Amino acid sequence: MMTDTPPDLECRGLAKRFDNVTAVDSVDFSVPAGSFFSILGPSGCGKTTIMRMIAGFLEPSSGDIRIKGRSVLGVPPNKRPVNMVFQHLALFPMMNVAENIGYGLRRQGVSKSEIMRRTGEVLERISLPGIGGRKVSELSGGQRQRVAIARCMVLEPDVLLLDEPLGALDLKLREKMKVELKALQAEFDTTFVYITHDQGEALVMSDKVAVMNAGRFEQVGPARELYYNPATAFVAGFVGDANRWKGRVTAAHGADVTVLLDSGLTLCARGTGLAQGDRVEIFVRPEAISIAHDPHAMGEDANQIAVQVTAMLFNGANSRVLVRDPQSGAEIDVALPQSAAFAGLDKGDAVHIGWNRDQSLCFADSGT
Amino acid sequence: MTPGRLSFFLLLAPLVLWLGLLIVIPHIDMALVSLRARVAPGEYTPSLQNYADFFTQPLYLVTFARTAIMSILATAITLIIGFPISYYIAKIAKGRSQASLFLMCLIPFWVSELVRTFGWIILLRETGVISGLLQWAGLADQPVEMLYNDSAMMLGLVYTSMLFMVVPLTTTLESLDDAVIEAGYDLGGNGFSVLREIVIPHAMPGIVSGCIVVFMLSLGNYLTPTMLGGKDSLWFTQLIYSQFIVRFNWELGAAFGFCLLGASSLIVWGMLRLTGQTLERTMGEGS
Repeated sequence: MMTDTPPDLECRGLAKRFDNVTAVDSVDFSVPAGSFFSILGPSGCGKTTIMRMIAGFLEPSSGDIRIKGRSVLGVPPNKRPVNMVFQHLALFPMMNVAENIGYGLRRQGVSKSEIMRRTGEVLERISLPGIGGRKVSELSGGQRQRVAIARCMVLEPDVLLLDEPLGALDLKLREKMKVELKALQAEFDTTFVYITHDQGEALVMSDKVAVMNAGRFEQVGPARELYYNPATAFVAGFVGDANRWKGRVTAAHGADVTVLLDSGLTLCARGTGLAQGDRVEIFVRPEAISIAHDPHAMGEDANQIAVQVTAMLFNGANSRVLVRDPQSGAEIDVALPQSAAFAGLDKGDAVHIGWNRDQSLCFADSGT
Repeated sequence: MTPGRLSFFLLLAPLVLWLGLLIVIPHIDMALVSLRARVAPGEYTPSLQNYADFFTQPLYLVTFARTAIMSILATAITLIIGFPISYYIAKIAKGRSQASLFLMCLIPFWVSELVRTFGWIILLRETGVISGLLQWAGLADQPVEMLYNDSAMMLGLVYTSMLFMVVPLTTTLESLDDAVIEAGYDLGGNGFSVLREIVIPHAMPGIVSGCIVVFMLSLGNYLTPTMLGGKDSLWFTQLIYSQFIVRFNWELGAAFGFCLLGASSLIVWGMLRLTGQTLERTMGEGS
């Protein structure tokens, strides 16, 4: 839909090697204007290196970074149309809020009255009007967060980089800031590139998420696609919760495979490019598994097991039931349906669980 | 008395003894000595004559002013040289090289100040290393005397005080988060503006505490001006020494001592006011 305007940020064959270690290995992506793009990965996967290359603190070993169609290779950080919200925000402790926000404008040589006006305006937009005179140390965690974003946004960058800025906040505030960040992004209508190891943050806020592992992008797509159609075993295991089992393919007909798990259970699953005898990993989401007292209620599900409840893990809407297959001894994590029928479920109860063939995602075992 | 109070006083005792015996009592005695005049051998009368002498004798006043100005200059030079060194140690050097650089600053202080100063004499004197090198290289056709002038003395003062500037500066600079410096660049700052708006304001407590220590050390230095300075580089401490030891005029010497104390307090106070720091903050954070 945006064929004529170049994307706000585009990386082509981006790579970074430190001595013998390849931190980022030929990564390609482009971020359309005004969208929220996240890079999700475990610590040490190279996501911070990508961000620092975009910001200009590191030079790529090879590849190109284009912002609004123009290559920024060789442009120092202070000349790039990109600003960064640091992990610990890095607000200037020696300045008050207004001076922090005005810092970048002062560097651009904007007049004092104009700085005053724009600082006031941006404080208004982050709904913290009138706090310009406060010290940074007097602000709460959430306020600091917003000031750090305002400090960048007042410069109207083409791309805003955010380096796990929610990591230091407590859980409640983090949940609130997720929603707020998304709203701020819409408000400023700027391209956000967000890196995090927290899948919750990435899935909730992003238009598109790149899942990164060992210097490469495993899969890039909308959150829903990553969750329901993971391309690799890593994505299936990293995004969302899943029961994860290893086994061997005993029969394969096209995409339909039958797998004998190491625990002795036999499952019907779906996976491409697998042949009989292959070692595989199977992922089943806890909420994909239905649970019933009566075996006839399971319907057409390809995988049906009569199990015993071993533990109830109550956690409000995210409650889980741990069940065990008495024959194989395999433990299975099942989401507790929010209906009165299972409210009284207790340890030792016999129940039936079942799930569809399509909901057992099967990947060749990578050996990890 | 409860055991808690007893242990409190016991813990306090060394401090009180130290302050009382080594600082308060000698100073009270000095103050009394400075406020009397000798009328006959062994006979004294209370008088302000000694202070009047100080303020009316041009030699005393000029030497006093010279000492203060040269000390301020030495402090400024030490800061200008020490700041990049500290910045390098705190922010640029990593791991082992950081530790070894810091150690290299410390090593000269393992030998006495006398030996260190004598090292400079070996380098700078007419028959010394540098003079010899210059002649060998053909840059000088006769021995060059580089000792016994203000520059040699300044060199010695800066060298002697360098560690006391580098330590508090390195400590404060280390406490500055690298991300804050990066944020300064990221938001459009260049090296100079990041230094002026971020690094120096952050390092201010360290700068001030280093400057206070170096200034005090320079002002009260006796050895370096005596060994490296020339006959025109009279230092105020040398005047005090000569009053006490050579002239045996303890009264005037004591008065000089108090003038020096007053002046150094005044200059330190001015320095704190000028930079908007407090003594608690600089001493607490700096070293």
